[in-house]
Amino acid sequence: MANRVALFVTCMVDQLFPKVGIAMADVLERLGYQVDFPEQQTCCGQPAFNSGYRAEARTVARHFLETFEAHERIVVPSGSCTSMVSHHYADLFEKEPETLARVHALEKRVFEFSAFLTEVAQVEDVGARFDGVVTFHDGCHALRELGIRSGPRRLLANVRGLELREMLPAEECCGFGGTFSVKFPELSGAMARTKIDAILKTGAGTVVSLDPSCLMQIQGVLSRMGSPVQTMHLAEVLASR
Amino acid sequence: MSVEFDQKINETLADANLQLAIYGSTARLKQGRIDTVGALPDYQELRTQANAVKKHTIENLDYYLEEFERNVKARGGQVVYCKDATDVADFVLGLAKEREARLIVKSKSMTTEEVDLNERLEHHGLESVETDLGEYILQLAHERPYHIVAPALHKTRYDVAEIFTEKLKVPRETVIEKQTAIARSVLREKFLAADIGISGANFLVADSGAVVIIENEGNARLTTSAPKVHIAVAGIEKVIPRAQDLATFLKLLARSATGQMMSVYASFLAGPRRPGEVDGPDEFYVVLLDNGRTKLLPDRSKRQSLYCIRCGACLNTCPVYRKIGGHSFPWVYSGPIGAILTPQFMGVSHEPGLPFASSLCGACGEVCPVKIDIPKILLELRSDVKKSETREKQNRWEKLAFRAFAWLMTKPSLFEMAGRIGASMAPSTDGKWISSVPAAMNLPPVKRWLSQRDLPPPPGRSFRELWRRR
Amino acid sequence: MARENILHKIRTALGRSAGQDAADGPPPRIVVPEMEIEDRIHSMRTRIEALAGRTMRAANGCAAREMVAGEIAGKTSVASNSPFLRECGVTELPGVRSGITDREELRQICAVADIGITSADYVLADTGTLVMIASPAEARLISLLPPVHLAVVPKERILTGLDELFSVVPQPAEITSSMVMITGPSRTADIEQFLVRGVHGPGAIAVVVVG
Repeated sequence: MANRVALFVTCMVDQLFPKVGIAMADVLERLGYQVDFPEQQTCCGQPAFNSGYRAEARTVARHFLETFEAHERIVVPSGSCTSMVSHHYADLFEKEPETLARVHALEKRVFEFSAFLTEVAQVEDVGARFDGVVTFHDGCHALRELGIRSGPRRLLANVRGLELREMLPAEECCGFGGTFSVKFPELSGAMARTKIDAILKTGAGTVVSLDPSCLMQIQGVLSRMGSPVQTMHLAEVLASR
Repeated sequence: MSVEFDQKINETLADANLQLAIYGSTARLKQGRIDTVGALPDYQELRTQANAVKKHTIENLDYYLEEFERNVKARGGQVVYCKDATDVADFVLGLAKEREARLIVKSKSMTTEEVDLNERLEHHGLESVETDLGEYILQLAHERPYHIVAPALHKTRYDVAEIFTEKLKVPRETVIEKQTAIARSVLREKFLAADIGISGANFLVADSGAVVIIENEGNARLTTSAPKVHIAVAGIEKVIPRAQDLATFLKLLARSATGQMMSVYASFLAGPRRPGEVDGPDEFYVVLLDNGRTKLLPDRSKRQSLYCIRCGACLNTCPVYRKIGGHSFPWVYSGPIGAILTPQFMGVSHEPGLPFASSLCGACGEVCPVKIDIPKILLELRSDVKKSETREKQNRWEKLAFRAFAWLMTKPSLFEMAGRIGASMAPSTDGKWISSVPAAMNLPPVKRWLSQRDLPPPPGRSFRELWRRR
Repeated sequence: MARENILHKIRTALGRSAGQDAADGPPPRIVVPEMEIEDRIHSMRTRIEALAGRTMRAANGCAAREMVAGEIAGKTSVASNSPFLRECGVTELPGVRSGITDREELRQICAVADIGITSADYVLADTGTLVMIASPAEARLISLLPPVHLAVVPKERILTGLDELFSVVPQPAEITSSMVMITGPSRTADIEQFLVRGVHGPGAIAVVVVG
């Protein structure tokens, strides 16, 4: 059915940032979608894949395939988890033709949240209201693997009361990189602080992004610095009234 | 990763002046590239063409090397195949002896760094002088290059003043133009007195038997035109099929490297001087170096690492390189290209941390003029590292942890339970982010996270719990 | 033997055999734009001046000679054996040595000359690049050793860019041992990214376009 979507909230949102998932569901329902949450879901397998453990990543990916392949459209509040499925599952199953076929059947039906809104729902104004000065952080997977840049900005432009200021540069990595953040903590921290310098220069009170992992990295450092600047996922901004 | 790697990274991070130098220099080069490729309306087509030409050449490498060799010989030059550093040194020393050469001038060549050519020549009593200003400074200081294109990026004018005073016995000079003039005058004498000039080559042109050398200073032109003997040393992967392919590559190289539309000098050199030409060398040799490149060929996915034209764009755009600099890397090649070449040349155990020293942001792949998919290769190398560790029975706890992770992720109710247990153990902070955790939770990854930033507070309920109540 | 060893490793890795032809590859990409001569001259001059080079326009060989005379007055110059320079009368100007065909003599003269005067085989309009092909008419060191390089070029030799160059000269190796493309004065930013001109090659270039 054309108005039905399944949520893949991601393991991180499920356990650490559940409000992001609720916000995403709210926005989709307001747009008239019926939202399903397949309870069998856990993780896309990215942590194992990025750490070099491909066999283990395949185990998790197979579970993802079983959980989601019956669903028409899957919406994800994360660029990196989306691109794991849409870009990297094919690498994982290169040598398993049957599973690869299932991957190819599924990968075009998995959407990052903002891309779903602008390209599938074809909506740029969700009727949101958020008073404040906001700056947008382009997470690397969404930007470079999914080609998402202007969509989120157009969505934010239509939020009443919101002033968007671009940080310079907007495109530099926040330094999370999955297990990179704990394998090279000082380096990851240094990258985050450079990002935060750019954020602070905008004077924005809130940093918005598409990826909870980026937000966790950035907010983690902001909090350590004692900064009042907050982070919010795009879904939370768009759900605001 | 090795202790050394970790140490070098952290030393660099802790050096505030170095941080400014690396970040600032690369910022200029990065912006330069953005400006000049932005002005090329067919930039993406050129990348696609460059990638296709390199792919085709590497897949038919033996054919093009033989064509190159035939054409070098036809123009009166000679080709010398060298397996490794020893072969190169043996050849150069042998030729130097035959010609009774004492003084050699060199222009910049990362390939000669690979084989420690200067050290070997000096060991045998030859004077071999680097003539690129940055390389010359480093040679005096006995240091390795910091960056493929900007070798002395970590040196200040005061560092240079000290080096010149100490090694050249000149009065202390801190004005950069004057320092350059000192180098110009010292090196001019060397150029004009040298017996042999050794250069690198950016491209080897198969249909011409020619080498192409790109530079801004003029030292490579002098190195290859003043002495009577010219030796070009190049990796076998530098070959391109036709002179006409330069119309593609020359448009990409300088723009990607520094943001110049063209480098100041691009020399296309085919053999010794021809009858009637007034100057130029009498002898022309091209050393074709393997040194491990053939090891990269069998892997169909990773062999694209050999497409590299050494522009340095990936270094300038990499948020990791821009913090840790060139000397943190274990081999002569640094930055993202160094991170994929080093494990393939040296084996993954040489520095197992290297493929992981990346946040996989993908900026490198985006700027590579020959479209090497560096992030993909980094991911493959990570898998290679883990396979090697499994074989060697290293890092068993990590493997066990990821096995457990994978298993848990196929059991949704257990995943949920594990989440509840974790949330209950975490300190409650009424919504504030957490700076420390109880000892039971303070596992190494948690500790390392907390060394730099706070953790999010556990939400009262997970998403799935909230969803059920919705 | 290293040669056999290396070629063998390559063939094994690629699954190819000795003497096997190359597969069909992508043809070279050559796209030559249309550009009127006046636009070419304008573009070339803009690009060279953006690099701190100087350019002048002379209506004919005589005018060129006068301009060059002004540039080189009171200085020692060495000029190449380019027929075009001779036609313009540049080689007859005071202070100009030319007609040198001996390598040692040329090197000694170039090492002390203030100015090196050449023509150019081509100029590339889009980047302001001088294309110097080594020949009995043009030696390598004249545009390299002296601190100033002065080139006098007829406008007909201005091409649109690299694509046109490699259309007109698809096989430089057939005609020369050295084709050098020169874009602006020698420079470096090796120390503190601070730009300095005239490191090893000429620190100043000037181009006279004739016609």
